Amino acid sequence: MSVQAQVNALSGAQAPPRSNGELVFEEPWQARVFGLAIALVQAQGLDWEEFRRRLIEEIAAGQDAGGGYYEHWLAALERLVIERGLLREAELEHEAARVAGADRHEHDAPGG
Amino acid sequence: MSHDHDHHGDAELEVRTRALESLLYEKGLLTAAAVDTLISAYEEDIGPLNGARVVARAWVDPEYRRRLLDDGSAAIAELGYGGLQGEHMVVVENTPAVHNVVCCTLCSCYPWPVLGLPPRWYKDPAYRSRIVIEPRSVLAEFGLALGEDVEVRVWDSSAEIRYLVLPERPAGSEALDEDALAALVTRDAMIGVSRPLAAALAP
Repeated sequence: MSVQAQVNALSGAQAPPRSNGELVFEEPWQARVFGLAIALVQAQGLDWEEFRRRLIEEIAAGQDAGGGYYEHWLAALERLVIERGLLREAELEHEAARVAGADRHEHDAPGG
Repeated sequence: MSHDHDHHGDAELEVRTRALESLLYEKGLLTAAAVDTLISAYEEDIGPLNGARVVARAWVDPEYRRRLLDDGSAAIAELGYGGLQGEHMVVVENTPAVHNVVCCTLCSCYPWPVLGLPPRWYKDPAYRSRIVIEPRSVLAEFGLALGEDVEVRVWDSSAEIRYLVLPERPAGSEALDEDALAALVTRDAMIGVSRPLAAALAP
């Protein structure tokens, strides 16, 4: 089964939100993180199950916290890249701080 | 109201996503083009899953196909897809001799329970008028060249009747299961402006 067919086969709490059968992304980052996970699994030749297992765990762990579906998706993907040794946690944190800093800078700029 | 959910704000999640994305590109683990292609495929083509499942079932189950062509609404409801507001669903079958294409000349009537939201061009006045007057030219603009011997039938949707095209099963797809087949069925193929994806694009 292709990764895409496997995504389509996610069911129950693991299934992405849909409306009329179409995927629903509330914010652009949700579409990005959705695409990142699938593209990475394909590009790196990983087993979709490796991502899916972490997604299930994140959903189960986050059930009481009230996070949204794509928050769990993002957390699962972060864990996958760290635990598979593709990226280091410190690297990710550093990059996130840099991106957040660049954001603030843009917002301070006139007309930004 | 003071219920304190311990979840992260969208701004933080967006930052984390961008950080992850830029590092993956920087390290050469992934290309932006691969991600863009994948996302647009989901947003534009693979979104209308309900319709794709109907088509895939019809391809593998001749009895279902017969019922689908007989009474579209009932056969689609069999798979659990409803939400129809009293409109009748009619499924029209492509064959080597006949190609069907759907439009709505008056507005943008669309079989949304099976296809999701209509694409922007479906509501465009140019598509709505030209597909009736010069269907072959319009289909050619979509990249679908039809032989002169193929009859083109244009179906004008209305508030009462919504049409869905049952495309021809791609050559070479005999070994694929229903899930893999559904992944080949695009929204555009079910409107009739393109063919399903090639069987080679399935696993």
